[in-house]
Parts: sequence; structure tokens; C-alpha cells
Amino acid sequence: MSAQKLFFAGSGGQGIILMGQMVTYAAMFENKQTTYYPSYGPEMRGGTANCTVIVSDREVSSPLIYEADCLIAMNLPSLIKFESLVKPGGVMLLNSSIITQKATRDDIRVFYVPTIDIARELGSPRSANMVMLGAAVRATEVVKQETIERVMREKAFTGKKAETIPANIKAFEYFKI
Amino acid sequence: MSAQSANEKVLLKGNEAFAEAAIRGGLRFYFGYPITPQSEIPEYMSRELPRRGGVFLQAESELGAINMAYGAGAAGGAVFISSSSPGIALMQEGMSFLCSAEVPLVALNVSRGGPGIGGIQPGQADYFQVTRGGGNGDYKIPVFAPASIQEAIDLIYEAAELAETWRNPIMIFSDGIMGQMMEPVTLPEQRPFTESDKIRSAKPWAITGYGDDDAQKNVVKSLRMQPDELEAHVEKLFAKYARAEKELARVETIGIEDADVVFVAFGTVARITREAIDILAERGIKAGLIRPISLWPFPYDEFDKIGARTRVVISAELSMGQMLEDVKIGVGKRLPTRLIHRTGGMIPTSLELADSAEKIYKEAIQ
Repeated sequence: MSAQKLFFAGSGGQGIILMGQMVTYAAMFENKQTTYYPSYGPEMRGGTANCTVIVSDREVSSPLIYEADCLIAMNLPSLIKFESLVKPGGVMLLNSSIITQKATRDDIRVFYVPTIDIARELGSPRSANMVMLGAAVRATEVVKQETIERVMREKAFTGKKAETIPANIKAFEYFKI
Repeated sequence: MSAQSANEKVLLKGNEAFAEAAIRGGLRFYFGYPITPQSEIPEYMSRELPRRGGVFLQAESELGAINMAYGAGAAGGAVFISSSSPGIALMQEGMSFLCSAEVPLVALNVSRGGPGIGGIQPGQADYFQVTRGGGNGDYKIPVFAPASIQEAIDLIYEAAELAETWRNPIMIFSDGIMGQMMEPVTLPEQRPFTESDKIRSAKPWAITGYGDDDAQKNVVKSLRMQPDELEAHVEKLFAKYARAEKELARVETIGIEDADVVFVAFGTVARITREAIDILAERGIKAGLIRPISLWPFPYDEFDKIGARTRVVISAELSMGQMLEDVKIGVGKRLPTRLIHRTGGMIPTSLELADSAEKIYKEAIQ
């Protein structure tokens, strides 16, 4: 791997920023070079949210991307706006619990992940983003699955949030090999 | 997700890293007023400084903040301030006062698009504002432009010392991308805050009160009513700036000895340019980069190292060509200069930069 560029997109409140930061933390734990850049603007909950994560063996040059190795689209506007960002041969994961449309590209690998349905089935509907993160990490192998679990314990779900770790790990591991 | 001890890699958002670097650099006082995209800095300072023995004070405006900085700095305090473009503009009168009064300060501009209130997305169109002196009169402020979060930390930490050494404000010129992005970094050791009773010996010029010894009366001021006195003062300042021009110029260069095209870019744009250089290499065009780390003093001498193969020098920036003027001075009449720019908060991708540079290069060799 030289560099992997991931783009997470959805609406505010879907856990987009958290997913991106967790991959970034995991990359740091694996001693890789990494840069995380979120979109920022006046939007709050319900507005659009996206972030770029670059994981590389060498120093990250541009923190901004013009093509992505992987797009994680959590809602329909994200699919419509960013499908073209995926480079040929790249990966796109769609939150098919919300996005009923199909991908228009046939030169990329597409995974339809019913995140909310799976999370509900697991009894933790708020863990939909962890279901998606598990699928994305499995599809891209950008970081190791166990490193994400370390990030959950040490960074993402500390203090009072620690009680959510078992449910989040279960959701994350849904697609574990 | 807060900062840990020294030498440990931590993932920090730019704005938090800038604030932590200032605290660790020994800058004990922070005065500020919130503005996007740097509001995490006052937020961080309001939480961290009081519990670590420092002072956080939210001013009523940026004018208030810079004048609090002037006062605390004149009294010997080590001061850090931050804002974003229109807020920095409001501080310019104070900058002129601090330079004249030779009061140390570390100031950070997490810049955004202008003019006017402009927008909140990243920009570099404050180049003139920070390098040419936005306030009145003859003065200079050393300006450093980091390109990574780690470099920003290192420069802010060092600037805390430079401000004292040079008795002048030092400006760190960052942008909204760097403020918002996160990268793994290593934080430096905490430099101890100077205790109040040590200020008199550390800064004999500072206004520390008469105390037991009324022999010395310090005056820190920018008002000089006698023209000959003012002229002598300005000449003295400029003797200092002349030394700074020799000692503070900093630059990083990549492959300019045998490049077809040489880019000049700073900050985030320099990083985008590095990727554009890789793209151009795949197209058979060898591009080099001059990355000014100090914007004032500008590293003009570095342009003499551009090799005979180069056909054109391109300034890539998030403004309508403000740095281009310095690039032209650096290049002289040796080579043509061109501009690739976006502005208003728009940012070129590496692909756009490479495409534009390829077009410019092809025109240059026709």
C-alpha cells in the first residue's frame, strides 16, 4: 500500500466524523502517516457532513483529494454528489437502509450495506455507523480490524461512553472475517 | 481526546495543536475573540490555561484582544493571540503599536477567504496584510507559514522564544484547512511559565513597577512627538529588521536545480503542489518547489539556485497573486513568472495544479 484515500459522506448526526477519526487514530496506532480533513461550514445536525482520510506509508502531501480509493456514502445526496469521486477500480459502500437507488458506475466495486437494519437486528440501532465502518475496513483493509477495536477502547468511547463498546464492537464485527 | 505528555504521538486537530504548542512554549496569556475557522483555539485556551497557571481572557472584540496583549506584553507577560483574517485586520493598529514599542507577541492567523467579512473557507489572501504591515508606519513582522500540524507546533514553540529575542511580534500564518485537519504529532516539553517575580530580571525593559528599587523608570510607548527622535527610533527598528532579514529567512526546496518548472507555494498549497509534482513527473515534466517557510523575510536568495533547465516559475496561491510580487523580485528578469490561483475559499486539487502547470510549461517552451 502506498496511500489509501477514503471519503466519508452523509448528513450531520450519522457519525461521519467519528468514522473518519477512528480510521485516522487506527492508522496512527499502526505507525502509518495519516491526515484527516473534515468539511466545515455553518451546518449542524441534519446538514451535510463529510471528511477525507488519507493513510499512507510515506508523508501525506495534499490533505485534499480529487479521487478516492473508497467512498462511504451514508445518504442519497452523498451518492449523487460523490459517486464520480471514486477512482476506477475503487470501492463504494452505500448505506442501503436509506439509499434505495443503485450505483450508476460499473467500473468500481459496490457494496450495499443495510446498516440500520443490521444495527436494529443486533439490538443497537445507534451503531449503524459502526456496521458501515466494519464493512469499509473489511473492504479496504486500510487498517486492521483489531486496531479499530483498540481505538474504540482508548479514544472513541471513553468515560461514560465506555458502556457502548460491547454493542459497537458487535456492530463493527458484523462483517468481520 | 486531549493532549498527553511529551514525545508521545497524539492525534490533534490543528487548532488544538496550535493552542497546546503555545502553552508549552511558555505563552502564559491568551486574549481572543471567537471567529471561524479558529474558534477551537479560544475554547481550548479557556479550558486549559486557567488550570495550568495561565490566563485566558475573552475580549469584547479583536481590538480589545490586541490591546490587552499590548498591555500584558508591556508588563513582561508572554502572550499568544489568534484570530482569522477579518479579526487579524482589526488587530493591525495594535500590531503597529507593539512593533514600535518593541513588545513581544506570538500571533496566529488561521486565515480564510476575503475581502471584507468574506467567507469561512481557507484562503491565503492575507499575504499582503501579514507581510507588508497592515497597520500604519514603518515596521516589520516576521511571518512563518507552516505546511503541516507538526511544523506549526514547532514554529509556534520557537516563535515564543523569537518574540522575546527580537522584542517584536512574530506572526504564524496558517489557514482554515490546517486549523481543521488532524494529523499525528509529537508535542514538545512544557517550557515553564515565567513567574511574576522573575519578570524584572528576565525582561529589564518591562513595566514591572518600582518595587524596592526606584532607580529605573521603564517606559514602553509608541508615541514620539519629536520628529528627530521618531526618525532615530525607526532607524533603530530597521537596523533590527535588517538583521532579521539575514537570520530569519527560511525555506524548503525540492529539486529546483534541474527542473523544467519551478513552483513557489507555501502552507497547505505547498502540500498540494508536492502531489502535483508527482503527477507532472508521470507526464514527463520535472517540476521543483520553493516553499517559503518565512514569508517575511522572504527567501529571495533561494531563487538564485534555480537551474538553467527551468523555463518558467509558477506562484501557486489562494489569492489573486499577492505572493507573485515577491516571486518576481526573487526571479528578477531571468525567467518568466506565472500565477496559478484560486480564491474566495476555493482550493485547487493537485490534478488542477498539474493541468494548469502543464499548460503554462507548454506555452513557455513554444
